[in-house]
Amino acid sequence: MTRTGLSRTRSSEEATAEPTTMRVIVPLQGVVQGRGGLVLGSVIPCALFYFLQLYLRRRNRSAPIPPPAPEDQLPEVAVLSRSLSRTHLSPRGSGGPTYVSGRASLVAKSGDSPCDVGLRKVSEDPYDELRNPDGVIQLGLAENKLSLDLVRDWMVENARDAILGGGRSGGEPSIGGIASYQPFDGLMELKVAVAGFMSQVMDKSVSFNSSQIILTTGATPAIEMLSFCLADTGNAFLVPTPYYPCFDRDVKWRTGVEIIPVPCRSADNFSLSITALDRAFNQAKKRGIKVRGIIISNPSNPVGNLLDRETLYSLLDFAREKNIHIVSNEIFAGSTHGKEEFVSMAEIINSEDLDRNRVHIVYGLSKDLSLPGFGVGIIYSFNENVLAAAKKLTRFSSISAPSQRLLISMLSDTKFIQQFIGINRERLRGMHIKFVAGLKQLGIECIKSNGGFCCWVDMRALIRSYSEKGELELWDKLLKIAKVNVTPGSCCHCIEPGWFRFCFTTLAQKDIPVVMERIRKISEICKSHS
Amino acid sequence: MTRPQTPAREPDSQARKPAGATAMRLIVPLQGVVQGRGGLILGSLIPCALFYLFQLYAKRHRSPKPGSDPVSPSQSSSNLPELHRSSSRSNLSSRGSIGRVGVSSRASSIAKPNDSPYYIGLDKVSEDPYDRFDNPNGIIQLGLSENRLCFDLIEKWVSENLEDSVMGSDGGDLSICGIAAYQPHDGMMEFKVAMAGFMSLVMGGTVTFDPQQMVLTSGATPALEILCFCLADPGNAFLVPTPYYPGFDRDMRWRTGVELIPVHCRSTDNFIISITALDQAYIQARKRGVKVRGILISNPSNPVGNLLPRETLYNLLDFVQDKNIHIICDEIFAGSTYGSEEFVSMAEIIDSDVIDKNRIHIVYGLSKDLSLPGFRVGVIYSFNKSVLAAAKRLTRFSSISAPTQRLVTSMLSDTRFTLAYIETSTKRISDMHDLFVAGLKQLGIKCIMSSAGLYCWADMGGLIRSYSEKGELELWDKLLNIAKINVTPGSACHCIEPGWFRCCFTTLSQADIPVVIDRIRKVAETCKPSS
Repeated sequence: MTRTGLSRTRSSEEATAEPTTMRVIVPLQGVVQGRGGLVLGSVIPCALFYFLQLYLRRRNRSAPIPPPAPEDQLPEVAVLSRSLSRTHLSPRGSGGPTYVSGRASLVAKSGDSPCDVGLRKVSEDPYDELRNPDGVIQLGLAENKLSLDLVRDWMVENARDAILGGGRSGGEPSIGGIASYQPFDGLMELKVAVAGFMSQVMDKSVSFNSSQIILTTGATPAIEMLSFCLADTGNAFLVPTPYYPCFDRDVKWRTGVEIIPVPCRSADNFSLSITALDRAFNQAKKRGIKVRGIIISNPSNPVGNLLDRETLYSLLDFAREKNIHIVSNEIFAGSTHGKEEFVSMAEIINSEDLDRNRVHIVYGLSKDLSLPGFGVGIIYSFNENVLAAAKKLTRFSSISAPSQRLLISMLSDTKFIQQFIGINRERLRGMHIKFVAGLKQLGIECIKSNGGFCCWVDMRALIRSYSEKGELELWDKLLKIAKVNVTPGSCCHCIEPGWFRFCFTTLAQKDIPVVMERIRKISEICKSHS
Repeated sequence: MTRPQTPAREPDSQARKPAGATAMRLIVPLQGVVQGRGGLILGSLIPCALFYLFQLYAKRHRSPKPGSDPVSPSQSSSNLPELHRSSSRSNLSSRGSIGRVGVSSRASSIAKPNDSPYYIGLDKVSEDPYDRFDNPNGIIQLGLSENRLCFDLIEKWVSENLEDSVMGSDGGDLSICGIAAYQPHDGMMEFKVAMAGFMSLVMGGTVTFDPQQMVLTSGATPALEILCFCLADPGNAFLVPTPYYPGFDRDMRWRTGVELIPVHCRSTDNFIISITALDQAYIQARKRGVKVRGILISNPSNPVGNLLPRETLYNLLDFVQDKNIHIICDEIFAGSTYGSEEFVSMAEIIDSDVIDKNRIHIVYGLSKDLSLPGFRVGVIYSFNKSVLAAAKRLTRFSSISAPTQRLVTSMLSDTRFTLAYIETSTKRISDMHDLFVAGLKQLGIKCIMSSAGLYCWADMGGLIRSYSEKGELELWDKLLNIAKINVTPGSACHCIEPGWFRCCFTTLSQADIPVVIDRIRKVAETCKPSS
């Protein structure tokens, strides 16, 4: 059989002209009949199939709404379908209305949450003891006004030398140190000073390496930058609720990243449970969403409790097991007022000496140094890629040089800083105790808190229906009748209705009775109805 | 030679070398199938199926983007591949944990070292900057458009007025709240009013600006990025006449996912944009399926330094009206003019014209005209309410520090100072420009006639060996490494003609000019004989 086969092959090869008619009918016959038949018979369909796949894949890419596409190789086919559909919407030719981008109209529209409404109300009609005693009292903004006098005294004395003295090195006129281009990620001197301040604020339990610091115009851009750097469009972060309402803006707006809330409950004192995290992670996976990290606030905003060492370790284990990042927002680290000790994620990492790549700390001078107007935020990361990318992105949010010079001297003045931290903490503690006691007199309890400018207040007894609606009704009453602006729990994505965030550091001590009196009126109205 | 036999022959001939037919069967597993009638069909189907499964497998296991960070974890969503990954990863990492965690693909593309000559040059200078006394062999910076000619005026003003402006004259409680507490993130109203006054002054008093239409940001860079976010969605594009400022690629594209389509201008037109070229680029983009959302121009042009004539501005407005797109005018050099030509702001044109103002957006800043790049002050001036509303919210990410706002507000409100400053500054820029251009002329290097900006656009086409981008970059490399001068090559500005370079002269002092010219001369001499 072999031999006949052989001879037949030969004969067919020799007499190529013979089956001319057949050749026309079967295009690949020559190939198939030849020796490479099986090989080519496999390769060619494979190739065809591969191209089909390639084609399908390219077309499919147009399906997700915001394609990331920072690179040029954006497939043209993908854009075609989208832009064509857009042109049907927008009337062509002159005179048509100019459009703005989809994301801009989204951003422009947002701003009707109770949070924003409250802040707007306050700015229209702010309370002032003498000039506007019927104005709205601000309890909705985490701003510390208790120790501004200390900052003022320092500024009066030192501002001039701080701003003008900084660049006086070499033959340069000193103005060169503030007027000319400076490193966009912050002056090295300021990074060193900030590293010192951070470690001082955390009671010297940690030391920070200034080369791992990136400075931005506030913690808001710091968080946004990390969101850009750690996740792509369509990815998600797990965030334990209740969380700081503005995370939605910082993490999601421009980045196309999602937040998956992980509910914490009053039964656990709103502390984080790994089981809940794990459940949320698996659910997201099932939905096909890639989780790239966890964002935590420690001390927590709005609840005000601290994460203990144990929880931090288990968080780290969880992140390691899932191979995801941890962003730890420690902006209130120095504003603790309880007995519990604050433990920074950096301390854990320093002692563990492993897995540093996945940990990123956000800090700022808005809370602990009560300088939100200066707009200074800090990214402290152990990941070189993140640091490199963030450094370049600071081009979009770099701090003005005069402010940097001012802060360098302020933070380097250790005597002042020590004094400030001590006095500020004392005043914070005093206010907290007074405020909580005032609420208690009205029969309103707060979660036991150890840090931050806020109390997390349980007003479940005062809401008419145990739902978000009931909560917002009470919030509305507080804002419009009592003229007190607070943040309802629903803004913080709290799963249980009836919780409110009261920031007490914008008040003076003498304002507390006024606030309590106003809340009392509302609580009486509510109680009499029910 | 009938057809059914055809496939049967293939394994035959392949397995000819082993002696018997029985032995063959063992060797070729699929032979029975292949020898049967369905040979060709199955011979195609089976590999297909195998290949498909392979693809499926490969796709599930692939990391986010080929070429992105190799340690980045897979983006798979199901549990099965996750399992595979973690087990394979644990072999790699000695710790027993899953291994290094990846960053986003956009971050890894940004984190990569930049290979544009513009950034390479800037980095080189920062490593080894020239100083007349301390480092006379360092690299001279001609690649950064920064105005260092008038620091003395700024210093004098700041030292006289610092306390009053930052702390207020009374040093009281109110003033500390004015800088330490939260301020409007899009800029204090007083600052906007002062800025409107300054802009109007800089533009010759021919236009008035409404502070209500103003949004202040920490520099012109975020101003451009915010506009880009507001006007275009990912995948959309802007038309940009070339040569353009190399930073536009960063400002407009990095985080927004928006494309820039270069529209080439030529030396024969003095690099002035032609509407025909714009139209062509627009139509081509449409054919490619890219939605064009606007035009981005810089006027005075960076890097060429010429001004757009009134005529061209009208034509541009007609064009954007016709295509129903936006126009962003980067007028950051508006006050740094020195020629006899008059600068015409887009704001002036629309003031006098009946036109849909919603599509016009102007970007300004104090980095060039007031030479305060370290202060980071940028301005978006827009007529579009939705853009203003969105931009205001987005300034949360790039707000200006309050002490700086106070300082600059009083500086800009001091009109006696600003008037004197503008006068002196333009005079000094003009002198430097004349000196520098004359120096280049001695070497036989001509510049485009320019009337504004802190740079000149020099034609070194005579010095490049091959008339191509390669030749241009060779010359740039020589200038940087041999002559130790950092200039910006035209290719970094997307200029279509090779041999053009941007030289910024305002970082120099007059005494440096002979040094620079001498250094260029050396390179010019080595280039000329060989060509």
